[in-house]
Amino acid sequence: MTQIATPVIAHLTPEELGALQKPNHDARWWVGKIASVIGMAFIVLYCLVPFYWMVISSFRLPTMGLSNDYIPNPISFENYPGVFSSQNNFFRAILNSVVVSVTTTVLTLVFGIIGAYALARLRFAAKGFVLSIIIGASMFPGVTLLIPLFKLFTGSYDWFPIHWLNQYQAAIIPSLSFGLPLCVWNLTAFFRQLPVELEQAAMVDGCTPGEAFRKVILPLAAPGVFTTAILTFIAVWNEFMISLTFLQARDMKTATVALSQFTGTLGFNTPYGSIMAAGVITTIPLLILVLFFQRRIVAGLTAGGVK
Amino acid sequence: MAVTTAEQRTAPKATKRKKNAFSDGQGTLAAMLLAPTLLVMLLVTGVPIVMSITESFFRANGGVDPNTGLVNTGTAFVGLQNFTDIFAHPTLVVGVYGSLDRLINAFINTSLFTVVCVVLETILGVAMALIMARAFRGRGLVRAAILVPWAIPTIVSAVMWKLIFNTDGVANKVLGLSNTPILWLGDNKYSQMAIIIADVWKTAPFIGLLTLAGLQTIPAEVYEAAKVDGANAWQTFVRITLPMVKPALVVAVLFRTLDTLRMFDLPYGMIGPGKYSVETLSVFAYQEMSATRYGTAASYSIVLFLYIVLIAFLFVKLLGADVVGDEELKAVNDQRKRMHALNKKQGKAAAVRSNITSGSAAS
Repeated sequence: MTQIATPVIAHLTPEELGALQKPNHDARWWVGKIASVIGMAFIVLYCLVPFYWMVISSFRLPTMGLSNDYIPNPISFENYPGVFSSQNNFFRAILNSVVVSVTTTVLTLVFGIIGAYALARLRFAAKGFVLSIIIGASMFPGVTLLIPLFKLFTGSYDWFPIHWLNQYQAAIIPSLSFGLPLCVWNLTAFFRQLPVELEQAAMVDGCTPGEAFRKVILPLAAPGVFTTAILTFIAVWNEFMISLTFLQARDMKTATVALSQFTGTLGFNTPYGSIMAAGVITTIPLLILVLFFQRRIVAGLTAGGVK
Repeated sequence: MAVTTAEQRTAPKATKRKKNAFSDGQGTLAAMLLAPTLLVMLLVTGVPIVMSITESFFRANGGVDPNTGLVNTGTAFVGLQNFTDIFAHPTLVVGVYGSLDRLINAFINTSLFTVVCVVLETILGVAMALIMARAFRGRGLVRAAILVPWAIPTIVSAVMWKLIFNTDGVANKVLGLSNTPILWLGDNKYSQMAIIIADVWKTAPFIGLLTLAGLQTIPAEVYEAAKVDGANAWQTFVRITLPMVKPALVVAVLFRTLDTLRMFDLPYGMIGPGKYSVETLSVFAYQEMSATRYGTAASYSIVLFLYIVLIAFLFVKLLGADVVGDEELKAVNDQRKRMHALNKKQGKAAAVRSNITSGSAAS
């Protein structure tokens, strides 16, 4: 009804024109629109309210950790220096987390990138089998792997006496068990999206397949590689069970383990304020990554099919 | 002369049939390129699983040697005793379901959490996806918000919910139970609810995100056609949206299921280790390992492993979850299945072999 051909406009008064330009929405449309806005608001609140509680709980006075005020009164930042106090040693914990996560991410890329390329491009008999193995490995219960590794790293096997407890490699090696499948799976999905004609063109121009991969595919796949790196980094950063098992010494704990074991200065009270502050500090780097690269991350999560 | 050479040249070509549609002579190259990846996976996953299986047949020698007065060390081969002891010599614990063997208790907890969490997450996730798909604006904000629970480390969310569910915490306040508070963290059925709430909060948005990606692949024309045919909203949802989003959803649900089956961080961080009402198989096996009872720990973790394999198998077989997601591979397998069904129908047993190979080579 509102779609009136433009020449008519000349004969209309401004009032009539205004009435025409106003979209003609019926009640149904408005119901749908309002329901949609309410729905969106619900999703945002659902996702953010518990997180909001963590953030404001970190801004209370350390003595008011269990206060239920919806806005802290008074607002205090004392918990944050407390997190980094010598007692909690959280700076060292973050450093440990960075070492483990970055090393694992780099190793998974080094070992995964070529394999993922082969899986995306080559045709070979065992492809389905290899893909199933990789996805199967990522679904593996971590505890099944931890038990023999813990026994191994504590030097309990006479035939292989190594004492790796509280050394970074003890956490990095098991982290590869879930990081590598995740990385290969994602990268395979990204490589698949690149048209095969790219390499063919490069090879027609005289590149060897290796050169075609290095000079044409890798630069083009850089966003995919980067996204994969972020996803792997987040997965390793959030990991808890492996670090809990293998990095037990005070100076070796990762951030996730350290914050779960904070002790209060005063008796048996759980220091919720500093735990929440540590939680916020641990989550902030991830949230920054998520906010800056949300499109990429969503694309990686959905295209890679890594759940 | 020329004719015979031509025949000679073509003859081997005709008889040489590809065994597999994927054999393009790239097998060697693929093996070389995949070798580093697979070697590392063999070392970090393959070897430990074999060690774990071996370990599950052994048990640490405990107790004190009556002759020397020293504590026994070493391990002894006990066969399947670690498994059969569940029934022969049960370690009774009292969780929510009364007095049960600790492993069976953990098994029930694991199954309960998995079923309840995955069902709730799927319903909520699909609802969120439907809302987001209809959104006019603000999608960016919602997508950022939805990634927050996903990005928060599970252990951080565990301590966060621990604070919320504290006896004096905000959950009791919001529910108006400040005077007669629920002991959410008190190792009881409310602890189970608390775990379920925390898990659903963290992962429902994620299912929503994956479902939304599936929804966005449905062409608008399909909905228009349904509208023209006079389908109402519910019919459209059940007959169009659900079937078309099913492949994406089934895979998402499968992965969530397998992930929940190995749940560890939430019960461990929120309620604590050794709390029978929320002890999952992962936590139980971990506790056994901490007590250096490697044999039993390994056998319980094998139970969990087999459980996960079984569930994954059922998903793939019954719901047709296309986990691998390789289109080429899928096309070949589908073709093979079609040919197989066709041949079965025709009842020509002899033709089966040649048809399969020619069919797959053609694709």
